[in-house]
Amino acid sequence: MTDGGTSCGSAGKLADDICCADLTQQYVDTMSNKQPAWAPEDLDRFRAVQQLAYRCAEAVAATLEPGVTEKQAAQRMRHWLMENGADDWFHVPFAWFGDRTTFHRFRTPLQFFPTDRRLEEGMPFILDCAPVADGYTADIGYAGSLGGNAVQAQILDDLQEYRALILAEVRERKPLNAIYRSVDALIAKHGYDNRHRVYPGRVLAHQVTRLKVRGPRAIVAGFGVRSLQTLGRELVAERIVGRSPLWADGKSSGHAPTPGLWAVEPHLGLRQVGAKFEELLVVTEDDAYWLDDDLPHVRAWTAKAPAATTPEHPTADRADAVSDAVTEEESAA
Amino acid sequence: MKELQSYVTAPDGVRLAVFEWGERSAATTVVLVHGYPDTHAVWRPIAEQLAERHHVVAYDVRGAGHSDAPRAVRCYTLATLEADLGAVLRQVSPDRPVHLVGHDWGSIQSWESVTGTALADRIASFTSISGPCLDHVGQWFRSRLRRPNPRALGQLAWQGVHSWYIGYFHLPLLPPLLWRTAMVRAWPALLHAVEGVPHGSGAPTFPTDAVRGLALYRANMIPRLARPRRRPTDIPVQVVLPQKDLYVTPAMAGQAPQPFVGRLWRRPLRAGHWAPLTHETVLAGWIDEFVAHIEGAPAAPDLDRAQVRPDAADRGETAEYAGRLVVVTGAGSGIGRATALAFADAGASVVAADLNPESAARTAQLASLLGAPRTGWYAVDVSDPAAMEEFAKAVRAEHGAPDVVVNNAGIGLGGAFLDTATSDWDAVLGVNLMGVVHGCRLFGAMMKERGQGGHIVNIASAAAYLPSRTLSAYATSKAAVLMLTECLRAELADQGIGVSAVCPGFVNTAIAKATRYVGVSAGEQEQLRGKADRLYRLRNLPPERVADAVLRAVRENRPVVPVAAEARIGRALSRLSPGTLRFVARRDLTPR
Repeated sequence: MTDGGTSCGSAGKLADDICCADLTQQYVDTMSNKQPAWAPEDLDRFRAVQQLAYRCAEAVAATLEPGVTEKQAAQRMRHWLMENGADDWFHVPFAWFGDRTTFHRFRTPLQFFPTDRRLEEGMPFILDCAPVADGYTADIGYAGSLGGNAVQAQILDDLQEYRALILAEVRERKPLNAIYRSVDALIAKHGYDNRHRVYPGRVLAHQVTRLKVRGPRAIVAGFGVRSLQTLGRELVAERIVGRSPLWADGKSSGHAPTPGLWAVEPHLGLRQVGAKFEELLVVTEDDAYWLDDDLPHVRAWTAKAPAATTPEHPTADRADAVSDAVTEEESAA
Repeated sequence: MKELQSYVTAPDGVRLAVFEWGERSAATTVVLVHGYPDTHAVWRPIAEQLAERHHVVAYDVRGAGHSDAPRAVRCYTLATLEADLGAVLRQVSPDRPVHLVGHDWGSIQSWESVTGTALADRIASFTSISGPCLDHVGQWFRSRLRRPNPRALGQLAWQGVHSWYIGYFHLPLLPPLLWRTAMVRAWPALLHAVEGVPHGSGAPTFPTDAVRGLALYRANMIPRLARPRRRPTDIPVQVVLPQKDLYVTPAMAGQAPQPFVGRLWRRPLRAGHWAPLTHETVLAGWIDEFVAHIEGAPAAPDLDRAQVRPDAADRGETAEYAGRLVVVTGAGSGIGRATALAFADAGASVVAADLNPESAARTAQLASLLGAPRTGWYAVDVSDPAAMEEFAKAVRAEHGAPDVVVNNAGIGLGGAFLDTATSDWDAVLGVNLMGVVHGCRLFGAMMKERGQGGHIVNIASAAAYLPSRTLSAYATSKAAVLMLTECLRAELADQGIGVSAVCPGFVNTAIAKATRYVGVSAGEQEQLRGKADRLYRLRNLPPERVADAVLRAVRENRPVVPVAAEARIGRALSRLSPGTLRFVARRDLTPR
């Protein structure tokens, strides 16, 4: 935690030499298109895309039958999203079946891509998609199984604690790598295996923003080119102020939570069974809240313990806002 | 014990010699059917033990011992053998269904009655030892060929290798000739040398039985295996699976009946093909237990574990440890928990012990989610002899004797020897060494008493052979565990109990954050723990790797298993160049 918390970390030495925080901030502002705080209208749009992505996952999950392959499932998500308003990708949809839900023996990033693995009765699966609509990005993960899987059901149940823990510690403004370790401690207590460390950069979460770059909507290595451009800019811009848009357990995450939107994806495994959720966390200068509580996994927890859960953040007319926004998306498409 | 002999005449006029032990008035009758090339004599040791509680019957199958031996091969089909059994049952137990036990060909022919209709209501239960139903085997072969995968084809090939003699028995002239000549003396000697069958247990009619019995193979093998029928049964079946059987592989004998038998128990036994002569006490116990349960008594814990659950049907393939009981200490976290869960995933029943009751309970909960049929957890301090005694007693009462014990609980201690107080030594040796000693002592005695072998795995450490100036107490305790393991392995080998030491390198577990450093301030303590934890994270060696090594150690009965590169390289250096290790040992490698 040697370079934690302040705007000028060890990587910011160059900036220190040039002059001072003001200049750096100017530079960052021109590099990054992230806003210090998102306007409510923007958040509504993000929420709508996230809803769209989760609806896609639920719709495709309902169609999965024994024998379907990962490639087919990913293809179905792709079609569904393109038909329902997505116009670009942060990354192309992924689908993992069976022990691939724990990234068993993954050595190269290529192994994340869908394979011809077939779904069987009782097998767990994870659908992960990240559509972009009009520059607004979502990145979601949806875990389920064909006909029920007791191990996965338990993990999904326990994920509730992770959602609460992450939010609580972000609100305390603990350094991100310390929160990562708290999550690891909870994983150890539960007896699971941390599987998000298999993601590139070992990330528990990554920042999401609105794409403003122009250019072709091509896909390279599974990621949208415009998303990669944006992410690249973020990496540089954040590095200069000693922060990282990727949330891992290393020194580069040794800073308080950066205001903005974070796609948080705790991914847990037990033996051959994995489960995750992924959704957007809104971090402001002095607070944080989950962008949306009306998501499949949260609804499942609420249904189990109706009295125990209260909304994390008051959003009065969210349902209306969402449906409006979605309509807007669809008409825009 | 008195052995009553009489004769029964089969429907085709063949006279069968029948032998009886115990009271005819006993509540239950057990009928024992021998194999090839044996006579009823193969059952004598078991019959005498069973006769204390049951009316026990064995008979010489046609062609063997004192029974008649028709010459024609067609007189030896499964249908005629079934008729023989029917005749025997009518005489020895006309009113009540019997409990049938078969070994080798005796089991093969009994399956014919168990899966048929003629005698189904005359049989209350069936214990099958080393003799599968030929129809089930035919179906098993077919199902594997229909959906081939490397594992299935491997099992087929392996069974094929073990079945060489079936082809040989179909050859003309040679097999009878050899039985009459070289094999007269070689066969008993081979049985003694390979299987451990005691001298003098063969029948006086031996070479003649072997020659006449060839008709069993010639009359049945090809038709049954080539055109297998679908033969389901509702009769409860206990299949004993000798793990070192040279003729019937446990994979086939365990899997073949599964789709056809509604109530199935599978009991692996560390024995060879002639288990009735080498493991008579265990088998008599199992038969007795099974008979009692079928007659209405509650199932003993290990019988209950052996039952194949319907929901586990599709897992039968992978459940390598199905029916086994595994006890793990320190099972609440790290290596212990990963090991317990790996065994649960492999079908074993798991007992998790830990100082912390909550984490032990959690491990047991996860184990049952993974499909472990019976799980339990105990809060126990392994360094407390009285508590360990209580723990072992409780395990025996609630679960029976374990098949595998993993002595894993351990604590870390770092710092200079001269800063290490006597109390520090007591703590480290108490848990790391005496905990293992208590585990080995109590559960080893249980395994020995039960007589079915077993396996003890002690978790040592690469520190057991890597000296270090900052780990004197910890490394000493682990070196002692390693030597204890080697000595115990030598002592228990004759009992069929394997003992292994697993020596992991830097595994990322809670021990890094719990290790105590002597001779430093409280602040420095925290800093050292944090640094060590960071290094362990960077090393990124998950406890699951050690768990896999534990399962491998049990499967292959390995003496010492180093886990991870640093442990393997260290072990090689400790033999090739101990001077290098001594040089390194003088460096203070504590992360500061």
